[in-house]
Amino acid sequence: MGVIDQLARRLGQAPVNVSRRGFLAGSGALVLASALPLRPVRGQEAAAEAPAVEAFLELRSDGTALLRSPFIEGGQGIFTAMAQIVGEELDLAPENFSVEIAPAGGPFGIMGGYRLTGGSMSTRTGYPVMRQLGAAARAMLVEAAAREWCVEASELTTEPGVVVHEGSGRRAAYGDLAAAAMNLPVPAAPALKDPADFRWIGTALPRMDVRAKSTGQQNYAIDVEVEGMLLAALRHAPRLGLTPASVTNQAEIEAMRGVHSVQMLDGAVAVVAEKFWQARRAIDAAEIDWTEGEAQWPMPADFSSAAFRDTLAGATGEVVEVEAAGDAVGTLEAAETVIEATYDAPYVAHGQLEPPSATARFNEDGTLDLWMPCQAPEMFVGAAAAAAGLEASQINLHQQVLGGFFGRHFLYATANPFPQAIALAKAVGRPVKLIWTREEDFLRDAPRPLGLARFRGAVGPDGPTALQVEVVGEGPTQRWYQAPPGQDPSATEGISGKSYAIANTHIGQIFHANPAVIGYWRAVGHSMHDFMYEGFLDELAQAGGLDPFEMRLSMLSGSERHRRLLERVGELSGGWTPGPFEAEDGTTRARGVAMASPFGSEAAVIAEVSVDGGEVRVHQVWVALDPGQVVNPSTVEAQVQSAVALGTSQTLVEELVYENGEPTASNFDMYPILRPDQMPQVHTAIVESGAPMGGVGEPGLPAVGPAIVNAVATLTGQRIRSLPLSKHDFG
Amino acid sequence: MQLNINGATHDVDVEPDTPLLWVIREELGLTGTKYGCGIAQCGACTVLIDGVATRSCVTPADSVAGLEIRTIETVEETEIGRRVVEAWVENEVAQCGYCQSGQVLAATALLSDIPNPTDADIDGAMTNLCRCGTYNKIRAAVRSVSEA
Repeated sequence: MGVIDQLARRLGQAPVNVSRRGFLAGSGALVLASALPLRPVRGQEAAAEAPAVEAFLELRSDGTALLRSPFIEGGQGIFTAMAQIVGEELDLAPENFSVEIAPAGGPFGIMGGYRLTGGSMSTRTGYPVMRQLGAAARAMLVEAAAREWCVEASELTTEPGVVVHEGSGRRAAYGDLAAAAMNLPVPAAPALKDPADFRWIGTALPRMDVRAKSTGQQNYAIDVEVEGMLLAALRHAPRLGLTPASVTNQAEIEAMRGVHSVQMLDGAVAVVAEKFWQARRAIDAAEIDWTEGEAQWPMPADFSSAAFRDTLAGATGEVVEVEAAGDAVGTLEAAETVIEATYDAPYVAHGQLEPPSATARFNEDGTLDLWMPCQAPEMFVGAAAAAAGLEASQINLHQQVLGGFFGRHFLYATANPFPQAIALAKAVGRPVKLIWTREEDFLRDAPRPLGLARFRGAVGPDGPTALQVEVVGEGPTQRWYQAPPGQDPSATEGISGKSYAIANTHIGQIFHANPAVIGYWRAVGHSMHDFMYEGFLDELAQAGGLDPFEMRLSMLSGSERHRRLLERVGELSGGWTPGPFEAEDGTTRARGVAMASPFGSEAAVIAEVSVDGGEVRVHQVWVALDPGQVVNPSTVEAQVQSAVALGTSQTLVEELVYENGEPTASNFDMYPILRPDQMPQVHTAIVESGAPMGGVGEPGLPAVGPAIVNAVATLTGQRIRSLPLSKHDFG
Repeated sequence: MQLNINGATHDVDVEPDTPLLWVIREELGLTGTKYGCGIAQCGACTVLIDGVATRSCVTPADSVAGLEIRTIETVEETEIGRRVVEAWVENEVAQCGYCQSGQVLAATALLSDIPNPTDADIDGAMTNLCRCGTYNKIRAAVRSVSEA
């Protein structure tokens, strides 16, 4: 069972209940370290150095705070959200925080002993812990003031950054109390604020990193510079499983300017040079003979994604039950109106704009420093230790702000450059920064698996009466965390876990191994399965002569939360529009609707499309998102924009095609992603239903594709069951 | 060869066809200019050459000797550049931020040429890719400068 899915299962229904005692006792973490040098505290020497590595929070004598975020910033705005949550309970304005990524190990495994940045988990898992952290720190500051002033702590209040004794009018800034507070015991059960009194949580505070990111000052892994380092570029075998036999012009390229050496790696050849461009120039000139090698998941030489799609479509085998209600098979046999359809979605690449890189440096004391992007630091440390032949305690991982991730930077065997950087640094005896070119990223990315599902459904005058689905394939959670068929949410989510009431349902998985090295892509299984399910649902509506919006409403009669959300997106769009219509600019347009229940949140989407020159154009997308409650509405809105962009992109144009065991695209020329002029207008309604907090980064995505595809069907009469739309002709 | 970058003349000793991107990043150590695709598709490497937004990943260094090259690090030294950055901050455009150096420079070039661009002007000039999908905020930020 995968880490993400374990967490999702545990957290999906209820907020995480981290034992505060366990959290504090297990970590010893709640350290109030004032800024160094410490002012001497009465009666004792100043500590020489704050225990910085173990500290979540350092409150400095100048009144500012340093927060170490367990979660990695990659654009989603998590640093700002964490500062808001801690600041709220600490009563310190978030603008007074600086936030950095917490180092691997230590007390930061707040997801029950470990942590990762993914699964739209960060805010919902971090929320209770960060509140306790802030509240405990505030209580310690208050207690420090109470002792200094010889009054009861209960007589004291705080204003942002200041402890106040109203009786005497005395005031003390947090920075002046920090050193004394540090020596106090951590309170066992600090009182949390009444949410009605929240000052910053729920407020659209500006992101902390916008100026740095608007002026080129933000550094990423690819920008890391280490003294004495060499740069490396490499070329992977065109097909995974091949390995270099020889470089026939090795002497020639080793003589090129700046080149240090040619290095043979498992499945790749690298050039190490003084500069990256020198290494790149040399590796481009390399003439390499490839031969069959050893790989855990070698690509078959005749593999093609088109043939694999057909294999999945015809696959037979055990149907492992995922969800069942009533008697789907019996109802289908007896029903008058039964339809069948097969849906598929292609491999898609992550296409994060920062190409992968890793910098490795072996130190004289036997330790290894690593700089690289990653979404799961402790797992990467374990893998790096294994690659280097060291203990985990000898690995110093310097995590970097991510230039986009979308699932790219989990641990995926052949998709991460750090084992190669380690091998190169070892081979040349100097620090090495390895950068994968965009071409190498496409070649060794771990794409979202090609997926397929076979639907049978019956519909009556009041809506669907039976649904039987066989989802065929393999999810990334089975690949990487050995989740068995039927218990791998990533393989079926978006077809399983829907919120509609259909009395007779059977959802099953037929496992079929995917030859490619597959990975998590934004919204994971939901990113394709909701397209399939919601498309078929519209087909059922059409077969039953029902309006797709009204039919969905009736199927949600048992859930006020879902009904309201669907009604909300209808209102947001100005009222549901069932058929094609003429827009003000003279184009004929149509709208489609879809819903999704991803990552603990709920989403309802309406999309408006036209066809222009045979291509689908998406004009507007309305999203009603209910994550239960939100920390920063501005960040949530930005994440909806982002999710709509990626959802539109994969629906319109994205498809990673394999032929002869190799991807046919190696860059953005052959693998287009959404262009600026293809971006729809996005209208967002954030609904805070008060349900347990759900995710935000991914939930806006899954319903976008089916809303577009359903709109296209209404407009053109063409029912698209295979993405992307760009491979179909709408002329 | 000599290159005029950010108002100063730099003697750089590189192969003549080395892409300007790598001269800027590796010889000058200015890492605000980003490598994204290497084939002029994404625009993360955009710099201004005599005020024109240019994809430096495919621009040979020797082709721009004698021209005025400006990178993101000094964008705020011009009035338009300063206002564009301000608009980017006000509109909170960035998410991961990796493409934004190029976006800011593309907008600076556009607004220097056309103070009040039409939608078509914006479509024609703002072609850099953003995987986070900040396109609507980019457009809003460009508009806010033109309307200011």
